[in-house]
Amino acid sequence: MKSILKSGAAVFAISAMLVSFTVVAEEAEDLKSGYYFASDEIKSIQDDDFGNPALLLLEDAEVLWSEVDGTEGKSCASCHEDPATDMAGVGIKYPMYDEKLKKPITLSQKINRERKEKMGAKEWKWESGNLLNTSAYIMLQSVGMEYDLKIDGPMEPFYKKGEKLYNTRNGQFDMACKHCHMDYTDTMLRGNRLSYGLGNGFPAYRVGAQKFVSLHKRFRGCEKRLRAQPFKTQSDEYVNMELYLKWRGRKVPVEVPAVRL
Amino acid sequence: MKIRLFPSMTILAAAVFALSFSASANMTGPYTLETAATPLPNTKPGSAENGRKVFYHRKKGNCLACHAVTDLEDVLFHGEVGPPLDGVGSNYTEAELRLQVVNPKVNNSDSIMPAYHRTEGLRRVLVKFQNKPILTAQEVEDIVAYMMTLKDE
Repeated sequence: MKSILKSGAAVFAISAMLVSFTVVAEEAEDLKSGYYFASDEIKSIQDDDFGNPALLLLEDAEVLWSEVDGTEGKSCASCHEDPATDMAGVGIKYPMYDEKLKKPITLSQKINRERKEKMGAKEWKWESGNLLNTSAYIMLQSVGMEYDLKIDGPMEPFYKKGEKLYNTRNGQFDMACKHCHMDYTDTMLRGNRLSYGLGNGFPAYRVGAQKFVSLHKRFRGCEKRLRAQPFKTQSDEYVNMELYLKWRGRKVPVEVPAVRL
Repeated sequence: MKIRLFPSMTILAAAVFALSFSASANMTGPYTLETAATPLPNTKPGSAENGRKVFYHRKKGNCLACHAVTDLEDVLFHGEVGPPLDGVGSNYTEAELRLQVVNPKVNNSDSIMPAYHRTEGLRRVLVKFQNKPILTAQEVEDIVAYMMTLKDE
């Protein structure tokens, strides 16, 4: 009798702990792309296989891929002749640990490094059309795939820093990313429905800017909204947060070209 | 005697001056329901008419970002992050409303709502907003006066 009561109490205690834990933690499978929170107009632009203006930018990137640039007389195509096969599953591995720099690097940083070291070409500016179109073009070769990231081993401290920043209140409005993108997803903030803010569509074609915009630029915009002093594009802080975000959204497939407000 | 008293009097006067100055420009120290029972220092009685404008002005209260208010239904897009504010003038005291606007973290430390009249304990504030509260003391009083007009039908 006593042992039944004891085991019953143990089961109850364990269940209570599990329930309290699962109420707080989210399941990666339950997260959704920003697409689902966008207005019907935005969705219809993204769904338009002919009229989506971002498709023209991807065509530009395709042409650029074969353009010779730099002292070595090479183009991207010189080493990566067929992007569809050579770049398949590549973009989804970033941010990736870099042995030389001993920290994770982003796809944008890798593109610029390849240009500099292999092509002898000038590095592109972080928000330039050339870099973002090319970045989106590379992500296109992984469209529909899930992110393939490592957050263990040498990546772990960077992941943890990203997670910390995500959960830290900042700015005059004193909010953390998690307040909007975890606690209040799917509710209206003025005229916009709050998404999970996963980044699976980035660089995304933003209808206001009428071009691809990087994830870090999106971070900067959000931080300024909170009246927080933002970090720089491609700063360590944002690279870490990108890693955290993409790991959080690892079950949400890559969308290219994603159209966002 | 005169020489000994003078420095301490100066220090005392300076301290009183500094304290009175800081109390009006910058709320420091714990803000409680008790403190919230009186209007913020150096303010005129709140104007509900002005408060309504501060309430929906995007660069000031921008309260519609998170709250819906029937009285402002002609303004598009009311948020739903926070509860609708219809009837708060009937259901809450002026002190409770003032407390919530000045520092909602007193009621809920995990609140998403910003503290509209605090400048301490913030991180990485944009340079142009540093050491400035989101709303001035008068704007807080005006908004509280406006919210007190949102009565139950």
